[in-house]
Amino acid sequence: MSTPDTWLVLGASSAIARAFARVAAAEGADVILAGRDRDDLDKAAADIAIRTGRRATVAEFDALAYSGHAALIETARTEAGTGTLNIFLAFGTMPSQAEIDADARLAFSTIDSNFTGAVSILQAAAPVLEAQRRGAVIALSSVAGDRGRLKNYVYGSAKAGLSAYLQGLRARLFRSGVTVTTVKPGFVDTAMTFGLPGMFLVASPETVARACLLAARRGREVLYVPFFWWGIMTIIRNIPERIFKRLSI
Amino acid sequence: VNWKEMELTGWGRSSVARTRACRPERAGEVEDAVAESERETLIAHGAGRSYGDAALNDGGRTLLTTRLDRMLSFDAATGDLVAEPGVTFRDLVDTFAPRGFMPPTSPGTAFATVGGAVAADVHGKNHDRHGSFGDHVQWIDLLTADGRTRRISAESEPDLFAATIGGMGLTGIIRAVCFRMIGQATPLVRVRERRVRDLDDFLAAFAQVRDTATFSVGWIDALARGGHAGRGVLETAEFAPVGSAPLRPEKTRGVPLDFPTFALNPLSVRLFNEMYYRRVPESGRERIVPFRKFLYPLDAIHHWNRIYGKPGFYQFQCVVPEGTARGALSTLLSEIAQAGNASFLAVLKTLGREGRGYLSFPMRGYTLALDFPRRSGTEEMVRRLEAIVLSNGGRIYLAKDALVSPESLRDMYPKVPQLEAVLAQIDPAGMFSSDMARRLGLKPRRATA
Repeated sequence: MSTPDTWLVLGASSAIARAFARVAAAEGADVILAGRDRDDLDKAAADIAIRTGRRATVAEFDALAYSGHAALIETARTEAGTGTLNIFLAFGTMPSQAEIDADARLAFSTIDSNFTGAVSILQAAAPVLEAQRRGAVIALSSVAGDRGRLKNYVYGSAKAGLSAYLQGLRARLFRSGVTVTTVKPGFVDTAMTFGLPGMFLVASPETVARACLLAARRGREVLYVPFFWWGIMTIIRNIPERIFKRLSI
Repeated sequence: VNWKEMELTGWGRSSVARTRACRPERAGEVEDAVAESERETLIAHGAGRSYGDAALNDGGRTLLTTRLDRMLSFDAATGDLVAEPGVTFRDLVDTFAPRGFMPPTSPGTAFATVGGAVAADVHGKNHDRHGSFGDHVQWIDLLTADGRTRRISAESEPDLFAATIGGMGLTGIIRAVCFRMIGQATPLVRVRERRVRDLDDFLAAFAQVRDTATFSVGWIDALARGGHAGRGVLETAEFAPVGSAPLRPEKTRGVPLDFPTFALNPLSVRLFNEMYYRRVPESGRERIVPFRKFLYPLDAIHHWNRIYGKPGFYQFQCVVPEGTARGALSTLLSEIAQAGNASFLAVLKTLGREGRGYLSFPMRGYTLALDFPRRSGTEEMVRRLEAIVLSNGGRIYLAKDALVSPESLRDMYPKVPQLEAVLAQIDPAGMFSSDMARRLGLKPRRATA
């Protein structure tokens, strides 16, 4: 039997990441659950090991503690052994625009957790992935990054930055046979969105997780999930700015 | 913690509640949710498979446990599994059947959760052999109204433990349960089916198989009258070796929308029941099927509760002690047949022994369960059935109930005073409460805090 793949799941306490780790392990991969809530991650790791019999370990990861990122990648590389290391990036924060407008520091932390932190860990991972000459990166961006909107433009701009970064990283890693999939989820039924008004056609975390794994396997560049969000965002992207600025969406 | 205004119903859809619900994903959020519910009422709500108002809290708060669904440790030597409350029987079967373990007992649906199984002290088709779910619980991590999480067992805190097993969630929020899975299971069972002519035949057949069969269940045609009253099909099952039949993935179907209320009428139900009886050859038959299909026959039809249409239905489940069973069942069946209120097959099973909780349903005897579409007169009929049960020394299963009165409850469940003593001590302000608890007079109408 060949050595299994390893997925390093960054921000593993989120609902989508948790579902992804379960799905990936069920399909035969080992997982490293990285995040800040150690107690929660220990429970998730135990669950995955019991359900799937795969190896599930826990690693400390703080998106804002940039200096520790290279060491985490090194640890993950070692744990993957002769198998392929893959990365699922799911961390980020989404304060409301009103909260951000009331506190400038929240704007910076939103950008740092969604954008700078992601760039930091992926920059550290890039040479390692290039060296192994295979593997996949899946990163959760957002449809909010497709256009700056009144309702969440700081979060949206951080995700827009992430999407642009991932485009470049994709071109770089393509040369080494590593795929980069940018995932733009629409409404997903998670703790972040539970109870928010105006949600419709909400996807389950499991649905999104399965779609992510399938997209990476096929080497898809960009994935809107559920798929119809591609259509919705195409319309939103094409509204002329002089009209768009008047809309309160 | 995010709270969301929503409407929740019991599985029978006859009970409805408007509530503010939260759905924690991490352990820490459970504590926050309880803290934020101070001065209000709160009830845990799992898969929503109790039929009536047990997991509903109209005007109060609800903690949805569905995302607390992790298995935390498993000891293959003892079979001890520690699981969060939202783990479902389906999760257990999927994970452990291939390894030769299965839940010690299992309700009729695999969508039910472990937390709900403790709260209702559920039983299955193997009660004679294995008792109810609470019999297999080693300990429970329970978050109580004072904000503390304590590990309770039959030894460490016998009163609180007995109030929590079968306690309908009124002692607090279950955060983890350690219970013993049983080994030497296989994913297949050899099912033996035979026709049963009438009630006497049924009781004789059960007397014969109840101590030897691993699983047994009877399906009664509740519309059959006169000489046919109590006719049906008896199924017994034993684990079958792997490889004795191919394991095919389960096919599921859904009921996409509410059936119109006229879809279920005495004629269509009579026809269905007749077919169900006739499909088993007179000489009986034996088949090997996945045990999932045997244990959870209705799980293959998602939203089957929609066939009763928008008004919903009541499920009635009682147990009557062995001594009075013949007379009680016969009176119940004739009352049901006379009312003619269309109900699909009724289920008849044996129960072996009392459970460990103050409100545990089982007692040695026979349990009868059936659905009644909610129509005018249905509630009165269910109350008539309840009176028959009461006068025969039996009781109603609270996981199915929406109608029992406070007085009847105390007649059926002699340990209610012990339960009330524990609740007064552990939750003096009445924080953990539900529509059922208030209806049954177990908690004040309003939180007193």
